[in-house]
Order: sequence, then structure tokens, then C-alpha cells
Amino acid sequence: MSPVQTGAPPVEETPSPTRSLKWRAIAAPVLRNKSAMVAVGILAFFVFLAVFGDLLIAGDPKAKVGDIFEPPSREFWLGTDGGGASMVDLLIAGARVSLLIGFCAAAISAIIGGTVGILSGFFGGKTDTVLMRTTDYFLVIPDVPLIIVIAALFGRSTWNIIVIIGIIYWTFTARLLRAQTKSVRERVYVQRARALGAGNSRLVVRHILPQVTPLLVANTVLLIAYAIFAETFITFLGLGDPATISWGSLIENAFKDDAIINNAWWAVIPPGVCVMLVVLACTIIGQTMEDALNPRLRTGHLSVRRFRVLRPSERPESQPQQPS
Amino acid sequence: MTAPAANGRPLLQVDDLVVRYRIPRGLSGSILRRPQQFVHAVSGVSLHVARGEMVALVGESGCGKTTTAQAILRLVRAEAGNVSFDGVDVTGLPQNDLRALRRRMQIIYQDPYESLDPRFRVSTTVAEPLVIHGIGSRAERREAVTRALEQVGLAPAELFADRFPHELSGGQRQRVAIAASLVLGPELLVADEPVSMLDVSVRAGILGILDELRDQGLAVLMITHDLSTAARFADRICVMYLGRIVEEGPARRVIEDPRHPYTKALLSVVPRRDPRHRVDVQILRGETPNPISVPTGCRFHPRCPIAVEACRATDPELRTPAGERDHRAACILA
Amino acid sequence: MSPALLEVDDLHVWFDLPNGRKLHAVQGVSFTVDAGTRLGMVGESGCGKTTTVLALMGLLPPTASVSGRVLFEGVDVLERGEETVAAHRWKDIAMVFQGAMNAFDPVKRIGDQIIEPMELHGYASGSEASARVRELLETVGIGPERARSYPHELSGGMRQRAAIAMALACSPRVLLADEPTTALDVMVQAQVLELLTYLSNELGLALVFVTHDLPIVAQTCTHAAVMYAGRIVEHGPTEALYHETRHPYTRMLWAATPDLDAREEVVSIPGVPPRLDSELHGCPFAPRCDLAASRCVAERPELRSVGDGHVSACHFASSVGAAA
Repeated sequence: MSPVQTGAPPVEETPSPTRSLKWRAIAAPVLRNKSAMVAVGILAFFVFLAVFGDLLIAGDPKAKVGDIFEPPSREFWLGTDGGGASMVDLLIAGARVSLLIGFCAAAISAIIGGTVGILSGFFGGKTDTVLMRTTDYFLVIPDVPLIIVIAALFGRSTWNIIVIIGIIYWTFTARLLRAQTKSVRERVYVQRARALGAGNSRLVVRHILPQVTPLLVANTVLLIAYAIFAETFITFLGLGDPATISWGSLIENAFKDDAIINNAWWAVIPPGVCVMLVVLACTIIGQTMEDALNPRLRTGHLSVRRFRVLRPSERPESQPQQPS
Repeated sequence: MTAPAANGRPLLQVDDLVVRYRIPRGLSGSILRRPQQFVHAVSGVSLHVARGEMVALVGESGCGKTTTAQAILRLVRAEAGNVSFDGVDVTGLPQNDLRALRRRMQIIYQDPYESLDPRFRVSTTVAEPLVIHGIGSRAERREAVTRALEQVGLAPAELFADRFPHELSGGQRQRVAIAASLVLGPELLVADEPVSMLDVSVRAGILGILDELRDQGLAVLMITHDLSTAARFADRICVMYLGRIVEEGPARRVIEDPRHPYTKALLSVVPRRDPRHRVDVQILRGETPNPISVPTGCRFHPRCPIAVEACRATDPELRTPAGERDHRAACILA
Repeated sequence: MSPALLEVDDLHVWFDLPNGRKLHAVQGVSFTVDAGTRLGMVGESGCGKTTTVLALMGLLPPTASVSGRVLFEGVDVLERGEETVAAHRWKDIAMVFQGAMNAFDPVKRIGDQIIEPMELHGYASGSEASARVRELLETVGIGPERARSYPHELSGGMRQRAAIAMALACSPRVLLADEPTTALDVMVQAQVLELLTYLSNELGLALVFVTHDLPIVAQTCTHAAVMYAGRIVEHGPTEALYHETRHPYTRMLWAATPDLDAREEVVSIPGVPPRLDSELHGCPFAPRCDLAASRCVAERPELRSVGDGHVSACHFASSVGAAA
């Protein structure tokens, strides 16, 4: 049983300069955190590749431009794959697809999960029960068998993959948003608005949505990480779109072309490293945002560092007076 | 502000209000047909508030005072009883008419740090009621906001209108909440512990605003556990215990000559400012029983210092003791 | 003359702020508490009273720096920070925290939680500890059989007493209490205050009572210290502070407090307390004081004796009208 340390006692009646609250809640902690900024840099790099990839690749990335499994050289920085195509070109092309699938699937999950969660949390009662049972049902479905079944039934296309990933991962978001919505709904200012005569749509749009959106954004970033990873293993299992290049398909092809036997590590490892970097980056950014939004994750009071005892000579110099 | 009622009828009249909550029995309870238990939050409360009058509803936690206020405003469902506002029966009112009624009855909450949406500027919060009810043009709303802010002492209004709640102190936030309630021109204000979370030095300011509003003709129902505040500001006091009003009357009479043993005990333990103050404190043992299992007979008899045998059998009504007018207590020994 | 039980000498506490400045939360607080006396520390939020008592127990966060001495029976408890203070914590000085009644572990029985500090500080263990728990529960007015109850089975008032029992576990000589009755009903508050008075009278405990509620101090404490902007502005026997008030702030606090029997107007104090992240010149209360003169702005008043055991930090102490 220990006291909650807040760092500094509140100073009651002192107004401070005007500052909007809107996105500072999640932007500021990310900007302040060094590892988060590195993660942002990594993500930005890959997004850049995805967006401007066409300008960097000359012609068809799958075209045979060298010998099969040529090791990295000055001409081909990361060597060539089993078809003689440049690994660098392939990775750049793959970035576009992998990231696109990741972002789209995460967006679908976020929209479904967010809607289900907010409606469930706000209305409670029967709506809540029905939606949550549905969520539980989806939660229980094993993802890999489901993916295999859907791919087998509906064919292998990029869009199918996006949809599959989207409908698997929304459940986590739904639960999170439901909990958050329930807690916001109980806050006094929401009850006050209701007592004033505000209708449900006004309460949700103007009072609840602004409070839960930051958490939704943080959660979506994490979802991107999941989605990209999911795309990779789906494609690796051979269920991806044969017509497109993604990092997962690069790994798949590498195995199909016996890269390991040929000691062509440059055909297998770089795509994996790319996936890992993007997933890591998204995870770090998402977690930084979530940590900032969830005060219970603060661990200041568990710190090993202690308060300092100063000798009279060490007392802080007088600080210049500020106009109060 | 509206003019006082032409006839002497009180603005708010509550009769025999009952609010109780079902305690879920669970599957096994239903199968085994266990008796349905209720939380008897409010068990027959009657009170009235006139225009230009401040009535304090006083009691400890769990006595049902907040639930009573919520039932009056139709924020919780009443099981039985009657609430009429300006002669109109509120209890059975359909939703549409309720909205119109909400304009005339407003509520201020206890926690100034939670009452305001942290993402709304002060002007947005104060204008919100007008927006909800579709009143006035943008310019008219801005004027109404300015007037309301000045009425609660946040002047010059321009200084405060663009601020966010986190830039205001607790006292200032509570003033904003009051301003937001006033902007629709209500006739009844329910204040639920309006100052209990504020520093002592700012309480008088807030209570002063309510005092002034009352003088201007607003009817105020103040929920509080602080008898000292009730004594100083209220015209009448109703003391609640376990869902019932056990004593009510003019504030001065109830404070100076309490007739119900609970009121007497309560008054004796309220700390006074003067360290030399000596009074026989009557500290009741134990705590208020929970509203699920209410004692039979007089609700208070298990803790009552003067209970007699008859108290276990009779559930006393509010009666006027001899020599009193308009001051009633629910005690057979009053 | 034997040293006082607890003597605080020129205590300062600074908190590091994110913008690099320091918040000077406690600015040279000194007081003495003898056995069997009860000192009430009063002031508004942000005045530094809670920080002061936390400093006495060495419970400050890593962002804090402390200087000054806290002498327990003549021994400086803060001399080497955590090292020295840990030896005294709970065994000599114990604390009932703000909201302690809600800080119990919900899955452990009350008895076990009271035993915890005894074992932690090597005070007692095994059957000896269990016997002591029953003894403690009786002392605080809870039936000893409740040791086997879980926190949620006890009412608010009983939990607060259990928290007091926990504080008394290792037989401390000084008990600090931070707003122990704030969340309680007035009747339960009376019970708890009665208990604390009994503990002080019968067991010789020295009590330091932090609260913003002046009437409680008036009825329960033998002495009172009024704090403002991190400093003590008036200190003396409670009766003297009411009947011979010698500081304008104290007088205004009394005037702002409604009394059941009194008929005068209740008056709020205009203005706001000063910010503590920059040095203040002159009297910190001057901007809000009705007796302020040019001397008050230029020269900071020191605590001077104005009566028997009664000090006040005001240039015009003798002109202050009594609250009574």
C-alpha cells in the first residue's frame, strides 16, 4: 500500500497559456521519445519507397537482369533472386504491396472494430450483448485455417487478403474501444449533456468520439504491424496473390527456388528484415502512443532511483522571477 | 429571471417518491426462487421548493438524496410517487415534452474537474444547451454566453470564453458549469454537492452566486452533506436517512431546535470553528445500514440513543411536534 | 532537556519540472511535535502540506530534492536520504495516506495486510504478529474476528480504521495522517477523529494531521500550523489561532468557513496562490491581503513570536483581528 506519486503537487488556481488538446495527446509523447522518433524515421523511409518506388525502379522489377542468385555486388546491392531479378528492385516493389495491404487491412479492422466497440459500449444492454457475442465468436475462430479456407474458396487476390486480415483482427480493437467508451460514457460531462437534453448522436459524435479516437489511432498503428506480418505469412504459405510482388512473396519464391540450398541468403533474409523493421517501427510508435494515453501504465513509483538529499551549499540558485 | 408564481403553489412538488433498484438474482437465484431483493434508494419522499427558495436536502452517503434529485429530473426511473413541476405532472411525461421540461430544470454536479468536456472551450460548453435545443442564431448565442459568464463572475467574459477547462481552477470550472445551466433560463436548479470538492477559500464565492440567483427568483434544491453550509445558505432543510426524510423545516429551526434524534446526533458531531466549543457529542455507533435490508419499524431505531420498544414496531410519519409550525419530524418521541 | 519527539528544521523540497525549472514546493518549514500532542497542518491545495509530511517519511519521487533536517528524538532521519529514513519508516514514524481506505489489496484479507508491515520491518512474525493484529483491530474499534475479512466486506469507516491499524502495526511514536476523514460521512468522521484523539491521549502518539478542513483542526488538534505557498505563516495552539489570530490569511480562512452556529457572512478569499516555480520576493500573500503595504511587497516577513508558543510571519501581526 503505497501513495500514488504524481511528481508535483497541483497548484490550484493558476491559469496557463492557451493550448489546444487535439492531437497533442498522442503526437507529443512520440516526438519526445527517441526510440519512437527512430521508428517514425524507419517507417517514413519505407513509406517513401512505397510511394515513390516507380521512380526508383527502371522497368519491370521481375525482369531478369542478371544471373540467378548472384551475390551482392556493386551492380546489384542485394544480389539477385532465383529468376535473376534485382533484389533491391524487388524489395522496393514489394514495399508498396506489403504496406498497402497492411494499411488497408488495419483500416478495415479499425473501422469495424471501432464501430462495434463504440456502439456496444455506448448503448449497452441488448446491443452490447449481441455485438460482444459476435465478437467472441470471431475471436475464437483460428485465423490460419480460416485464411486457408477463404483463399481456397474465393481465390487468391490481394483484395481477399486485405479482407481476411481485416475481419480477423477487428475483435481486439472492438473490445478496447468498448471498454474506453463505457468509461467515457460514465463521465460527468456526458451525463450532464444528456441531462441537458442532448440526443444519442450528439453525445457520441461530440463527446465520446473525441475521447476515444486517440486510443483508436494508437491501436490502429499496432494493427498495421499485425496486418503486415499476417500478409507475410499468408503469402509465404502460398495463399497470396500470384500476380503481385510483396515481401512475403519474395520469401515464398526464395524457398520455392531453393535459395537456401544455393546459399543465397540475400534472397531470403532482406525481405524478412524489411518486414521486421516495419513491424517493429509500428509497434514502437503504437506502444508509445498507448503508454501516453493510459495513465495506469506509468511506473514512476516503481523506479529504483530515489529522491536526493542536498547539503545547504547545493541548494538551487535563485531562479529569476517570472511574471505571475 | 421569471416572476414568482401568481398563486402560492410551489414550483416543484414531490409526493411519496419511491425509487428502488432490482438486485440481479443470477441464474441460481431465479431457479431456486429466492426472494427478489431491492436496493431501497428512496422510500417515500415528499418535499416542495418554491420560487426564490433554497431547500437543502441533507444526509450522509447512501441516504438517497442524490437519487431523489435524479428522479426529480427524470434521470432515473421512479417506481412510484409523483413529481410535478409548475403544476405539470413530470413523472409520466413522454420524451418529447421532457426535452422542453429539461430547459426549465437544470443540474450542477459535484465534481468541477469532470463536469466539463475537456475538449470543449468554455464558450462551446456554455453555448451547448442552446445548440441542443436549437435556440438563437450564432450571434444571439454568443451574447447569451457572455451574459451567463458575467452573471457567474467570470468577467470580462472574453478572457474566459476561449479557455479550455484545464486552464481553469476548480472554482472557475464550477462557475462555468453554473453558467451553462443558466443560459437556458431555468426556473429550478438542482445543485448536487456544488462546493464539496473545492477549496474552502473559493466555496463562499460559488455559494454566493447560488444565493444571488435565489434572490432573483430561482428555485434551488441543494444536495449536501455539509450541515454548516446548509445552515448558512438554505431557507429550509430536509434531513434524509435511509431513503426517507426524517426531519424538515425552516433552516434556523432545524439547526437550533432539532426534534429527530438523528438530526440531533448529526448536529452534535459537526465540527465548529471555535476550539473552545464544547457540546455533548453524540457519536452514533456503527454505520448506516445498507438500503437493501432496511430495519423494520422506525428505520433509525437500531442506532437511536432514545429508542423504546414501540420504535421497533411503528414506522413513524412526519408530524409536527407541539408548538412548532411548518417543522416536522418522523419520530414518535419528538 | 531531552530532544522533542519530532523536530523539523528548515525543510525544503524541490521538484524537477519537465521544462528544466524547479518547483519549490516546501520553503523552509520548521516545527516541533511532542508526544501526546496533535498538530494540524492546514492550507489549501498546493500549499505544500502533503509534500511536507511525505518528506518526513522519505516518500518523495525521484524528481524531488530535499534539504533540511528531520530529527526523530534528536537523530537526523534524512541525513543520507533513503538509507537513513528507511530505518525509521513505520517503526518510528508511520502514515495514514489520503484515500488509504481504498488502497487495500482486494484479494488479501485485512489481517494479512496488517501483518505485512510487521514482517517487512522485522517487528514481529508468526503467531506473535497475528496476536498483535487482533490487538490492533480492537484498539481501533474493529472486532478482532474481522481480521479474516476482505476489504470489500468492510464499510468505508471500518476500512479507514483498518488503515490506521496498519499504520500502528510497528508501534510508531509519530503518526502522520493525510486527509484521513475527507471521504467519510460526518458521523463516521466523528468516530475516526475520536479514535485518533484517543490514540494520542492514551498511547502518547504524536499526531500530525494534514487537512484543509479548519473546524476539524479546531476540534481535534492541540496545535495548528497554517501553510501558504510552501511556508508556515502561522503556528501555535489551536485556541490561540482562533481567538488571537495573528495572520491575515488565517483570519480569512476562518472567515471563509461556514459555522453551524455563526451568523456572519461567509467570505471567499480573492485571487490565487502564487506559482512556486520561481522565487517570490516579499510576502507571498501580499497580492491577496487586505492589510498589505509597501513593506510587505519589498520585505519577506519571517516567523516571529506573537504569543506563548505562537508565531506568525506577518509584518502587521498585531493588527490582525481575531477570528472569534
